Amino acid sequence: MKDLVKKLTVIAFAFSAVSAASAVELSILIDNNPDTVALTQALTLAYSKKHPDVKFEMELRPGGAEGDNIVKTRLATGEMADVFIYNSGSLLQALRPSRTLEPINDIANFSNILSSFTSTVSDKKGNVYAVPAQTAMGGGILYNKRLYKELGLKVPMTWKEFMANCAIIAAKSKAAPIAQTYRDSWTSQLIVLADYYNVQSEQPNFADDYTNNKAKFATTPSALRGFEKLQQVSEAGYFNDYYGAATYNDGLNMVATGKAAHYPMLTFAIPAININTPDQINDVGFFAQPGDDASKNGLTVWMPNAFYLPKEGDHKDIAKDFLSYVATVDACNTITNAIGANGPYLIKGCTLPDNVFPAVKDMLPYFQVEGRTAPALEFLSPIKGPMLEQLTVEVGSSIRTAKSAAELYDQDVEKQAKQLNLPNW
Amino acid sequence: MKRQQVIIGIVALVLGVLLFATPFMFIGITAVKSAAEASHLGLSLPSKWLFWENFMAVIKARNYMLLLAYFNSTVITVGAISLLAVSAAMIGYVIQRRPSKWNGFIYALILAGLMIPPAVVPTIWLLKELHLFKTLHGMILIQVAYGLSFSVLLFRSFIASIPRDLDEAAIIDGAKPWQVFFKVILPLLKPITITVVLVQSVTIFNDFTNPLYYLPGKDNVTVQLTLYNFQSQFSSQMNLLFMNILLVTIPPLIMFIFFNKQIVKGMTAGAVKG
Amino acid sequence: MKSSRSYPYWFILPSGLIYLVLFLVPTVTAFWFSLTQWDLFETRFIGLENYSQFFQEPFLITGAVNTVVFGAVTSIAKSILGLLLAVLLTSGLLGQSFLRTLIFFPVLVSTVGIGIAFTEIMHPARGMINVGLSYLGIHGPAWLIDPHLALFSVALVDVWKGVGLATLIYIAGLATISSDYYEAARIDGATKLQMFFRITVPLVRPATVTVVTLSLISGLRSFDLIWAMTKGGPGFSSDVLASVIYKQYQAGFYGLSTAGNIILFVLVALIVVPLTYWFNRREVDL
Repeated sequence: MKDLVKKLTVIAFAFSAVSAASAVELSILIDNNPDTVALTQALTLAYSKKHPDVKFEMELRPGGAEGDNIVKTRLATGEMADVFIYNSGSLLQALRPSRTLEPINDIANFSNILSSFTSTVSDKKGNVYAVPAQTAMGGGILYNKRLYKELGLKVPMTWKEFMANCAIIAAKSKAAPIAQTYRDSWTSQLIVLADYYNVQSEQPNFADDYTNNKAKFATTPSALRGFEKLQQVSEAGYFNDYYGAATYNDGLNMVATGKAAHYPMLTFAIPAININTPDQINDVGFFAQPGDDASKNGLTVWMPNAFYLPKEGDHKDIAKDFLSYVATVDACNTITNAIGANGPYLIKGCTLPDNVFPAVKDMLPYFQVEGRTAPALEFLSPIKGPMLEQLTVEVGSSIRTAKSAAELYDQDVEKQAKQLNLPNW
Repeated sequence: MKRQQVIIGIVALVLGVLLFATPFMFIGITAVKSAAEASHLGLSLPSKWLFWENFMAVIKARNYMLLLAYFNSTVITVGAISLLAVSAAMIGYVIQRRPSKWNGFIYALILAGLMIPPAVVPTIWLLKELHLFKTLHGMILIQVAYGLSFSVLLFRSFIASIPRDLDEAAIIDGAKPWQVFFKVILPLLKPITITVVLVQSVTIFNDFTNPLYYLPGKDNVTVQLTLYNFQSQFSSQMNLLFMNILLVTIPPLIMFIFFNKQIVKGMTAGAVKG
Repeated sequence: MKSSRSYPYWFILPSGLIYLVLFLVPTVTAFWFSLTQWDLFETRFIGLENYSQFFQEPFLITGAVNTVVFGAVTSIAKSILGLLLAVLLTSGLLGQSFLRTLIFFPVLVSTVGIGIAFTEIMHPARGMINVGLSYLGIHGPAWLIDPHLALFSVALVDVWKGVGLATLIYIAGLATISSDYYEAARIDGATKLQMFFRITVPLVRPATVTVVTLSLISGLRSFDLIWAMTKGGPGFSSDVLASVIYKQYQAGFYGLSTAGNIILFVLVALIVVPLTYWFNRREVDL
């Protein structure tokens, strides 16, 4: 019976196989985001061109918590593919990297990877586990430039200015000031998460204190602000109609077509806007979520997903050579050709083409000035509670207050901290 | 037929079609629309019927994943059902016919199977130890284990309605126990067997959670999992997602058309006598 | 009669063994794992901490209440509607066999598929239901995105999908009632309503027991449909125990999730076992 399955599989996959007789085949597990698929396809193809004896077999998994689960289970049961793509930061820490993953400090191009990235994918002993699969991203607010121009608005430098802009949009246009899309509940977290630059600029030790159980969201005013901002825009009634039933794709379409003025989101959404509404991509701009002080305006940055190797992989050497290739300028250009560039690369020497989309261009100045970026909390602390997206849906839907949500979130992260055996919890 | 029956019948038909057929019409119509038209969610007819295009797009997606999924789901369903039907009948027969102090205990174990949600992680760990994790035969055995309680209960209550004189006569004639069961009893169980086969095969074919846990890997994809995989891939192409739903609905529909009458008969005889 | 020889226990072996190994053994080991902190890589014995942690989950109470509400609402609705439909569809109506078929069909369709389709059908603005209601001048509710209504919206779909099975079981039950009873009642001048409550309802009891028990057990454990439609949301408003457990599992809290599983089992048992006992005792009384 197994043979029959295999046979059928071979027939089914013969279409894609450019098979050579004695090739080594690397299996590679990736999430089913179209960008991830496209960039992996491009990178593996480019690598196989240089090494005709190496073939790849891509295996797709769902994204989100479901996907985390699959990765975790497969690592724990020793069923992981030779290479896999996964998040950096706190989600990685839950995989127990020192136990399950292969350090890649010894790959040839290791020194090409920027330390701002490697610090988010390493353990206490200095072992680094991944090569970035994409560019760094910004978390902030996508906005409709055309609408801003028509209404004569300026990019806000403080939260107050932002609220004033929203008020004008609500009064003078048909557009919803802010798009929210709670059918994809993860999108509800953005206003809280993208506020982290502002938390850090007021409370530089927050991440460490938080990890050591000394600081809490509910009792640190600057950290609570993120929840409060969400409550404020929700109570002001600035959201699109039926935001509870709207999807991520709806949100992108709304901000691109001007049905909504703002959409708090990560910049990884830019290629998707280009696919959904290519005629409007130039109308979409981006700015960091403003804090309360115009002189301390900066961007919260997300590290990209990355390529990892499991500890017990069969083709470790070849897999490492592939990862080493990913850490080259050539690979950056391959990625740019496949999906466009959405932010600064984390590989030395990689540059962006001049014709990047406006929203990407808007993001670059933050990176050019020292101190105008800060990593999101999940890249500074291993603790991230699983309940946040439900809590932010509640705050955004005015079911719960900011304060109560922050308290419940503090309670939620406790489990994670205990599971990771962190001291002081 | 009286006039009153005709009138109530017409009212009932209209209501029934409205409540029970329109959702399926919606699925069918959305499945043949273009992506843009499908996103409006209306019941209006498509401006262009794209049955073939959407059909091929879904079939071809991910290297003909759906065909492989049909194959896997069929193997699992047929394998599990053949094992389940015969052995559940045997168990139902013995525990119905042989009252003993063990019966209460066995009955409790069977009820436990209905009530206790399976412990997923320990099961994965066990399947791995037995080298059954990620295999179709492992999945078949899991489905047998999870479907056993319900099937045994149905068989047990049906067998209660078969007079004991039948097996006793056969035993007196010198038949061995397995001969009594397979030659005398089993043929009489046809109606309830059909019910069990239908209900369980639909359950197994439509099962989504268990393959998700116990049968990872792209070679092992089952029909329900394609739905799940395509849900994110087709998030802006509702037409293709609904075409997939439509295709997934066809096998149960065929089963149903063939066995429609027998289900009612089986239910009459089995499920009610509790 | 030597029943031990005629009905040998080895008949139980083939599937009994599978059941033992793949269901009972993991269930028993689950009790052990529920006492540990477990991340799939290592286990650490922590006693009853998972249970106390689970009971501290702020949304456990919501989840438990929702579980009971969902189980009760769906099983009551299925038995009442099922019985009424069964009576209607055995009264010799025009097109009754077509209607039986139509109502039964959703039972066979994949829950996930139904869930996806109804999420669109219940869309507050563009969904078929609210568009239809607007033709009648009714402003439809927000269904799945209204926190007070979400659970009941899912329950409604669950009843829609499952009422066919209840109807079928009732049709079978009605067929066992001898028509003599009705004849006698008619001679005594009973009305249709009286016959329904005095003859049909009491005599169709075995079917009621089957319908209530089956739909209660499946309602209390219900997961697929809720997950496909709301994922427990908006917020936590349609969370049931099964979805709380699944979320703990997803988050990697395996010990905690296993403990939750056991709590769910206890809850189901606490409701179903006394109910079955009560049903059976009443049967003896009759």
